[in-house]
Amino acid sequence: MSPIRTLRHGGALAWRNLVKFRHTPDQLLDITLMPITFVLMFVFLFGNAVSGDWHAYLQFVIPGIAVQALMFATLGSAISLNSDIRTGVYDRLRSLPIARSAPLIGHILGDTVKYALAIVLVFGIGAALGFRVHNGLSGVAAAALLMLVFALAVCWIATLIGVVARAAETVQALSLVLVFPLTFGSNVFVPTGKLPGWLQAWVKINPVTQVSDALRALLLGTPAGPAVTRTLLWSAAIVAVFAPLAVMAYRRASR
Amino acid sequence: MIEVSGLRKRYGDTVALDGFDLATPAGSVCGLLGPNGAGKTTAVRVLATLLRPDSGTARVGGFDVVRQADRVRELIGLTGQFAAVDDALTGAENLRLIARLLELPRMQARRRVAEVLDRFGLADAAGRPVRTYSGGMRRRLDVAASLLGRPQVLFLDEPTTGLDPRSRADVWELVRGLVADGTTVLLTTQYLEEADRLADSVCVVDHGRVVRTGTPSQLKAQIGGHTLSVRPADPARIPDVVAVLGDAAVTSDGLVSVALSGGSDAAAVLAEAAAELRRAEVAVDELGVRLASLDEVFLALTGQFTAKEVIA
Repeated sequence: MSPIRTLRHGGALAWRNLVKFRHTPDQLLDITLMPITFVLMFVFLFGNAVSGDWHAYLQFVIPGIAVQALMFATLGSAISLNSDIRTGVYDRLRSLPIARSAPLIGHILGDTVKYALAIVLVFGIGAALGFRVHNGLSGVAAAALLMLVFALAVCWIATLIGVVARAAETVQALSLVLVFPLTFGSNVFVPTGKLPGWLQAWVKINPVTQVSDALRALLLGTPAGPAVTRTLLWSAAIVAVFAPLAVMAYRRASR
Repeated sequence: MIEVSGLRKRYGDTVALDGFDLATPAGSVCGLLGPNGAGKTTAVRVLATLLRPDSGTARVGGFDVVRQADRVRELIGLTGQFAAVDDALTGAENLRLIARLLELPRMQARRRVAEVLDRFGLADAAGRPVRTYSGGMRRRLDVAASLLGRPQVLFLDEPTTGLDPRSRADVWELVRGLVADGTTVLLTTQYLEEADRLADSVCVVDHGRVVRTGTPSQLKAQIGGHTLSVRPADPARIPDVVAVLGDAAVTSDGLVSVALSGGSDAAAVLAEAAAELRRAEVAVDELGVRLASLDEVFLALTGQFTAKEVIA
């Protein structure tokens, strides 16, 4: 199967995911409501407590919440992939003369749009409340690119979960077990220095901490080098481990 | 069109296919008839390139389903046991997706989608999400999706399971139409009536292999042979009827039946029985020779009854 045809098939399936998205606005609610709630809740509930001033906290927390929204959006992908495999849709697709990888590519392409939406939303609300970028357009572009890279890495974890889970409930349970320690056990909401010592050890190596730091640096114009490097390393590591596992499980799902 | 030889497939300790053989000529309907777990679905999944067999070969249109899977996929359509349509999309969108995956040119795709929707009586519902469809409509859409690319071979895995009698008759009608177009159909079913009405040849499947093959009437003749039955107008005359039919006759519900030996001519037997009954002056309500039912065949071959069915 030529790469062009593979992409065309993947594109058709991505189109399907987007159309589906339009028909089921509750899916939209899922990825929009969560970030809005988190921004409002954390800024106004904990902002003063953590930073002494919610304006300052806003600058700190928005990049982190964007990362968290990304993580939750990947869960949605896992669920939709899972439901395809559990119902006959996947069998139908595999009986067609299309590339074997097309359904996977379709999901990932279609979901990238969702990820973008989630991120734009978080920064939109942030901006409305007073979040300001201090590093110009190049900083924003670099941050967007970095988020995309990280999202495409994490989506392999979601893919693996989506393929191996026996039911949508399993996906949900597995994902929450994964996402909560990663997002709350990071410096998304509270600066590392203010956390208890035993937790700091984990928070410091947590990839979510690295992405959040990298985004803050890129958007606010502080030195970003080390955090960006570590984010890229983490993304590469996640892909190296989970992409082969996901592809293997995906192939095996048919046997 | 479909040639299968010695297919084996096991899942752990469960043997799903155990030396499965099949040969279906182009343009015919072959019915795989068997109880749940007999291996019908596994066989279809192998033929539809979804499942790799442990051993044995299967060819569709001359192409090997394992080594030339891509070529096979260009020939086939599959309607699986579970509806493979997306609930969140409309009927038309589901078909449009398939058309895009088959890389039909845009104009041709639009025409084909409209044509198929129309043929399957879904034109009015085309713009509604599939989740609002009835079971029968969903099934029709499912079959429509598998036909969009004009497959030469269509696999229908229990196409009417769970449908009401009306929708079932609709699906039957569709299958007959396909055969008229020259499509080869492989159909699995638990319903004898379905096999009887649709299939040119029936393969009775049990424990992962084909235990008997033939046309529905051949099967009935081979296994059950003919039965002569007589219902006297006056139940009191039953002993006289038994005297005419012989000691092997059994009586149930006022109907006296006797199994005829193989090779006997039904017309001659019937004429002779009629003459003797007149001679004995027995008035008769019902007199006939019939083939054993497929149900009797099925029971004889697999030791099981088929699914209970209600056909209007």
